[in-house]
Amino acid sequence: MIHSLLLLLVMAAVTLLTRALPFLLFDRPGELPDWISWLGRVLPPAIMALLVVYCLRNIDLLSASHGLPELLGVAAAALLHLWKGNTMLSIFGATVFYMLLIQGGLF
Amino acid sequence: MELKGLKAAFPHTLPVMAGYLALGTAYGILMDTIGMNALWTAFSSLTVFAGSAQMLSISLLETAAPLIQAALLTLVLNFRHLFYGLSLIGQYRETGWRKPYLIFGLTDETYAILTATPVPPGVLPGDFYFFVTLLNQSYWVAGSVLGTLIGSLITFSTQGVDFAMTALFVVLLTEQVKKKENRLPAGIGLAFSLVFLLLLGPDRFLIPSLAAITLCLLALGGKGKELSPP
Repeated sequence: MIHSLLLLLVMAAVTLLTRALPFLLFDRPGELPDWISWLGRVLPPAIMALLVVYCLRNIDLLSASHGLPELLGVAAAALLHLWKGNTMLSIFGATVFYMLLIQGGLF
Repeated sequence: MELKGLKAAFPHTLPVMAGYLALGTAYGILMDTIGMNALWTAFSSLTVFAGSAQMLSISLLETAAPLIQAALLTLVLNFRHLFYGLSLIGQYRETGWRKPYLIFGLTDETYAILTATPVPPGVLPGDFYFFVTLLNQSYWVAGSVLGTLIGSLITFSTQGVDFAMTALFVVLLTEQVKKKENRLPAGIGLAFSLVFLLLLGPDRFLIPSLAAITLCLLALGGKGKELSPP
């Protein structure tokens, strides 16, 4: 019980450290260094692309469904968004579509 | 702090609500199966507040793993957060007393929303960031605690609900690449993560990809005229 408590506290502390360290190291008063404001502009779209790949990392292209439901779901989200531009519609439309694909017995 | 920040933040967090309730429930059920009650789940979601680390904590708690092992695994798993903070230093300035909480609550999903969504007009940026972060954590706490309490009673199939997270990232990426200047960084992010995924496999590609992406973007920052800050 004490060990479980300590274990969670250690995990909490390490997680907080990974989130706070950049601020502790580089968040100085005065004007931001150029390289930090540059990363603030260009890292987010790059990380967003990485997060998409991260979500799909366990797809096995050689397995039964070949990752088709996931790829169709991603295509649905992007196309719905380019077509209607409504964030909620794109996300929930694609999610319902994906659920129908994997629960409908097609794959 | 003004409550209209809450009203403005809420709609942007709905996809996260779906994803966190589903994933949180899955995590909460696992806590129940290793004999941890809802108080433990709530404690973990309130203090650790990192989905993948909490999933990992199930096996660590069950085997009473050494603390140093828990620390190292958490560090590897959450190393990506370093890069989130690095790109938010400018954006989180002027957020005052909210800043410690914003940093504590910086999950993948909160990062994605706050970097891709313009602050709605008439709302203080700090309030908007604060309520997006707070709402997202409340969904995670609610989902995980409910999962521990009544998860075993769920009979309809929620399989696939967590795809809302993937769809959220896809839609925010689509939104970002509508702007021309975001296309090269997004392409660099996509290319490096795919290459490292193929080379290193799903368990190891994340940190090398982030390091390579950051170095590549920093190198571009020195030269690229069309990309250089105004």
